[in-house]
Amino acid sequence: MGDVLKKVPVREQEPKVRATNFEEVCYGYNKEEAMEEATRCIHCKNAKCIEGCPVSINIPEFIAGVKEGDFKKAYEVISESSALPAVCGRVCPQETQCEGRCIRGIKGEPVSIGKLERFTADWARENGITPAAPASTNGHKIAVIGAGPSGLTCAGDLARLGYEVTIFEALHKAGGVLSYGIPEFRLPKSKVVDKEIENVKGLGVKIETNVVIGKSITIDQLMDEEGYEAVFIGSGAGLPMFMNIPGESALGVFSANEYLTRNNLMKAYLDEYDTPIHHGKKVAVIGGGNVAMDAARTALRLGAEVHIVYRRSEAELPARAEEVHHAKEEGIIFDLLCNPTEILVDEETGWVKGMRCIRMELGEPDASGRRRPVEIPGSEFELDVDTVIMSLGTSPNPLISSTTIGLDVNRKKCIIANEENGQTSKAGVYAGGDAVTGAATVILAMGAGKAAAKGIDEFIKSKNA
Amino acid sequence: MYKILFADKLAANIYRMVVEAPRVAAHCQPGQFIIAKTDEEGERIPLTICDYDREKGTITIVFQPVGASTTEMAKLTTGDAFEDFVGPLGNPSDLIDEPIEELKKKHIVFIAGGVGTAPVYPQVKWLHEHGVEADVIIGAKNKDLVILEDEFKQVCNLYITTDDGSYQRKGMVTVCLQDLIEKEGKKYDHCVAIGPMIMMKFVCKMTKEYNIPTIVSMNPVMVDGTGMCGACRLIVGDEVKFACVDGPEFDGHKVDFDQAMQRSRMYKSEESRALLKEQEGDTHHGGCGNCGGDK
Repeated sequence: MGDVLKKVPVREQEPKVRATNFEEVCYGYNKEEAMEEATRCIHCKNAKCIEGCPVSINIPEFIAGVKEGDFKKAYEVISESSALPAVCGRVCPQETQCEGRCIRGIKGEPVSIGKLERFTADWARENGITPAAPASTNGHKIAVIGAGPSGLTCAGDLARLGYEVTIFEALHKAGGVLSYGIPEFRLPKSKVVDKEIENVKGLGVKIETNVVIGKSITIDQLMDEEGYEAVFIGSGAGLPMFMNIPGESALGVFSANEYLTRNNLMKAYLDEYDTPIHHGKKVAVIGGGNVAMDAARTALRLGAEVHIVYRRSEAELPARAEEVHHAKEEGIIFDLLCNPTEILVDEETGWVKGMRCIRMELGEPDASGRRRPVEIPGSEFELDVDTVIMSLGTSPNPLISSTTIGLDVNRKKCIIANEENGQTSKAGVYAGGDAVTGAATVILAMGAGKAAAKGIDEFIKSKNA
Repeated sequence: MYKILFADKLAANIYRMVVEAPRVAAHCQPGQFIIAKTDEEGERIPLTICDYDREKGTITIVFQPVGASTTEMAKLTTGDAFEDFVGPLGNPSDLIDEPIEELKKKHIVFIAGGVGTAPVYPQVKWLHEHGVEADVIIGAKNKDLVILEDEFKQVCNLYITTDDGSYQRKGMVTVCLQDLIEKEGKKYDHCVAIGPMIMMKFVCKMTKEYNIPTIVSMNPVMVDGTGMCGACRLIVGDEVKFACVDGPEFDGHKVDFDQAMQRSRMYKSEESRALLKEQEGDTHHGGCGNCGGDK
């Protein structure tokens, strides 16, 4: 037995090796490791970890299953609350959620809840165990827009309650950010994402791809012409932001969305796929979030020297600590307290030939509570790069809000929805995830999808009461 | 799957397909585009809609193979299917929002170049169906590359010009436009130009001199077509626009064509690599110094 104050360490691919491939970084626990880690849970009566989980998984109970070696039971406990456990075990920010509340964490390291969840879900998949489908349907049709984390969760929960659910997905593949955004080395596609989507379909959910709501058909038409009694909007926050600095339209400047979509959804890193991706030699990724880390680590794997350029200091990096740690291990260079002012363009070719930056220092805290970065006069310098990837965040796509009568949005074009049940300004229409909050996390979107499923169920019941 | 109900070849290297896509056909309008993907490995290819039939639920597309995926597309035939076909995307042409009486008063000229002739068709057809007759100039390299002549004849006053003079008029579309205005007494107060970027650039240069408002349809590099990737960004006036959600049609006098042409070459080396692999298959193992196949 190891030190009870510490997590059972998880095996990972060697940084030097993984920097050149797209295989998953983390191997996860095996049976023995998982069972040992599970013994660290003290099964608090008033379990804080459950409060920290946006979808309220009964964590002590599933961990008890793992401890006893009853992995099937553990999986069933998780499945009551989450449709995507193998995904969440990999990408949730556990350190600020379940594990952040763990009593073990006061004196030592918290229980490795995320890795245990991942183990349980992986074990179930490898052993062909899937969530049980509902016995019959109740005949009520619900439309879900977007097959990302919030939509899949909402659809799964509604299907379990007996609803006939169809998800409409704009892209050719379901998964949303799980498919186009998060790279293979962090979240394997055919092994993990596709299988969890199959599980949601196994509950009776239909997924119709290649339907752009607002273009192919509107929400009003879905309700008036196709007989959907309620609609959940989980369309995500899809529009990339740029900096509006000179040179941004040069060849070799990409949004992280484009770069990652080419690589992850279109699989440009694989030879047999047609979609091209630009192989830069020296790449600057602007931004410090999880998406920036994903873009940087992707560029690294495609053979580039990669710099993360971020205007605040390391403490303010919005990315998960684990992602920053992994990025550093792999050799990503962090240019912190540094902000681009201009992208230098080769006039003849139109390609990026460098980037002018300015050094920053932290001043007084701003509205976000973080110390505001301030330019240091005269500190400009040039960074030698041939590719720039903008990872500054995204905003919601107005396609749906602008084509749906009576759907209110706020100043930032986010759909206004009640946090408790997802209800929007339009009767029968619910919303959640990034389309409501702006860019956030997979698990928060799932929590919103869950709340909306409950809201929709109550709405249908009250309508038919 | 989206079944190909009919496929034929309009010219040496120009293909036409009628595809079953009821959701697209139900709501599409002239000026909008679709994205097609042949199979799992294929690229998402944006194509402006060339015709549609709401009752039959079909969309007609016309394309010219330029890269690996469009070369693969050209191999498809009647009875085959696209794995993915999504739309309608982008905004309808502004013309269809104008009151018909206003349109009838206008003298409209459409200028179509090469494979860009196809997306002009639904607009002209729509106008014709609403009682508005427009002039259309089709430009092609030579006689064999003139497409859709019979279809156009039914719906407009057609002028054809070929670069080598092998059919009807001789010279570029700009020469034809100039002749129509200067020598044949035509007056235009609205122009729509769709074709190769270089053609649209020179048409716009000329119509600016004549002070004729001109709309162009842009077809830049694109991935998702819904505003998500930003690959299709263009400079229009002093603003950055996304062709997929802000366009594809823009005020041609404001588009920065030089920049757009540069951006359209962004993936040239990567694309030629994919095309080479497509053409040479397993026999290609690098050595050309270009494809990275020997890495």
